[in-house]
Amino acid sequence: MISVKKKSLASEFKEKLIEKLLATSGLLVLMILASIFALLLITTIPAFKEINLKEFLTSSRWDPTSPEKPEYGILSMVVSTLLVTAGALAIAFPLGLGVAAYLSDVANHKVREIVKPIVELLAAIPSVVVGFVGLTLVGPLIARIFKLSNGLNALNGSLLLAIMALPTIISISEDSLQAVPPSYVKASLALGANRWQSLVRVKIPAAISGITASFMLGLGRAIGETMTVLMATGNARSFPHGFLDSVRTLSANIAIELGEVPYYTTHYYALFALGLILFIMTFLINLTADLILEKQKRKLQ
Amino acid sequence: MEKQTKNKNLKNRAAQFWKTGLLLLLTAIILTVPLPAQKRMIQIKGSDTLVNLVQVLAEEYMAKNPGAAIAVLGGGSGTGITALINGTCDLADHSREWKQKELDLAYEKGVKPRIFAIAIDALSIVVNEKNPIDILTMAQVGSIFRGEIKNWKVLGGADQKISLYGRQSNSGTYAFLQEHVLNNKNYSPDVKEMNGNAQIIEAVTQDVAGIGYVGVGYLFDQNGQLRKGIKVLKIKKDETSPEYSPLNKEAVYSARYPISRPLYQSTNGKPSVAVANFIRFELSPEGQAIVEREGFFRIGKELQAENEKNLK
Repeated sequence: MISVKKKSLASEFKEKLIEKLLATSGLLVLMILASIFALLLITTIPAFKEINLKEFLTSSRWDPTSPEKPEYGILSMVVSTLLVTAGALAIAFPLGLGVAAYLSDVANHKVREIVKPIVELLAAIPSVVVGFVGLTLVGPLIARIFKLSNGLNALNGSLLLAIMALPTIISISEDSLQAVPPSYVKASLALGANRWQSLVRVKIPAAISGITASFMLGLGRAIGETMTVLMATGNARSFPHGFLDSVRTLSANIAIELGEVPYYTTHYYALFALGLILFIMTFLINLTADLILEKQKRKLQ
Repeated sequence: MEKQTKNKNLKNRAAQFWKTGLLLLLTAIILTVPLPAQKRMIQIKGSDTLVNLVQVLAEEYMAKNPGAAIAVLGGGSGTGITALINGTCDLADHSREWKQKELDLAYEKGVKPRIFAIAIDALSIVVNEKNPIDILTMAQVGSIFRGEIKNWKVLGGADQKISLYGRQSNSGTYAFLQEHVLNNKNYSPDVKEMNGNAQIIEAVTQDVAGIGYVGVGYLFDQNGQLRKGIKVLKIKKDETSPEYSPLNKEAVYSARYPISRPLYQSTNGKPSVAVANFIRFELSPEGQAIVEREGFFRIGKELQAENEKNLK
């Protein structure tokens, strides 16, 4: 009798302990996020002792090591980042949605079981390898197609980022298409719609928030990607006028310059400011994606 | 009986516990005691222009001195100098001189750099082999990289937009060209910034309208042959002076080829015995022969004398 009571006490203690441990790990993630944000913020502030915030945000000239006059304008880089990312999604989204629709509605079980893991494996290719492909294969191809002298431009970066964003888009879109209750499609078919009509008019609208979330997560992946764009886009600092211009993204610029920058100088702090901007951009995107996913969950319940 | 063995086991365990503890303690003590200097690995870091040359020098030196251990890393002159200031390397390779800001930071941290010139590099301007242009003046090269001349037609070439390739701002080559050829003016924002000399050569080989700048050492492949697909331009100091190719060694020795510079290594204060011995090897006739074999040029008497002074 006593031993039973003891045991239950011990197990109760154990349970409490595990509970606390899990809560701590949850909190830890929050703390890491908060401290990264705080670190970026604190290291960013000294930059604006010398840099005019308005100039920082609106000037398109970035040349901190200039012997004439150091310039800290991030506009070209922000636009370049958005350009490359938008291009990547314009390619990846229709393609990804198509593959997801095929996998969920057209392909038979066996094909799906083989194709889906392969698609997910695409996410495992190291970014430096993708970048190398861009440098040696996609670049010369683009140069030949568009009759340019070289293929180191935004389009090259977009194509490669599209490849990298595809697994996320396909995988989550397919999951959300699968999650649409079969009764919806049955009802649509019973009303005389064919399979294409049920897919486009019933199933995709029902899964739209999941599909949007996949799009946003793909966006989050593409916007912060560094190595691939660093290798493939040529990194020219000028303001981009189109997809065939060489561009330099925020992340590539940080990667290029942080290694050499003399510590605790304005240039050093300015690079942290770039990081903060990038962090806020990806944070907003991921937050939006989460909110949309949450909305879908509630809708389907 | 059983109990006894149990006791014995316990005792054994306790003894083992103490033994392990003692062993750990001893290891900890040994690890904290500094090792003799010559057993320590010499860390060299910095210029990408120098990394291959210094690697070869280090390998030859280690082959001759089995006790020596040297690790050579690239990353750019700025990276090397920063590492020396932060005390994470013994020897910094740099292809440009120290900037005032870096010197200030070094003195602030108690680092007193001593600078050694170990080789001479000539910066070569390369274009695609299909480009009809053979000779440019320093001023023209400057205008091209500042973005003032945008079309090859202006220089007598084909009607094609000039496609610029250069190094990233952490490179000593970038700073050298900016200082000596661009007259300290900004680079054109259209310069595509590549990750190293080899990538520039690769890009210019593929790009008929391309122009780039690389250290002379990178113009040759492993067999000492000039790389295919590129043309090394001859450079005139100004309109009226004769043109010289960086492939002409005599022109570089005599400083008649206009775009040349010394390549440096820096130590923090007087180099330790191990580091000094390595530097002596680099500066010896044998080391300088390796310098020449790797496509650079040996240093003249004046710089040698200065090096000697810094070694003491």
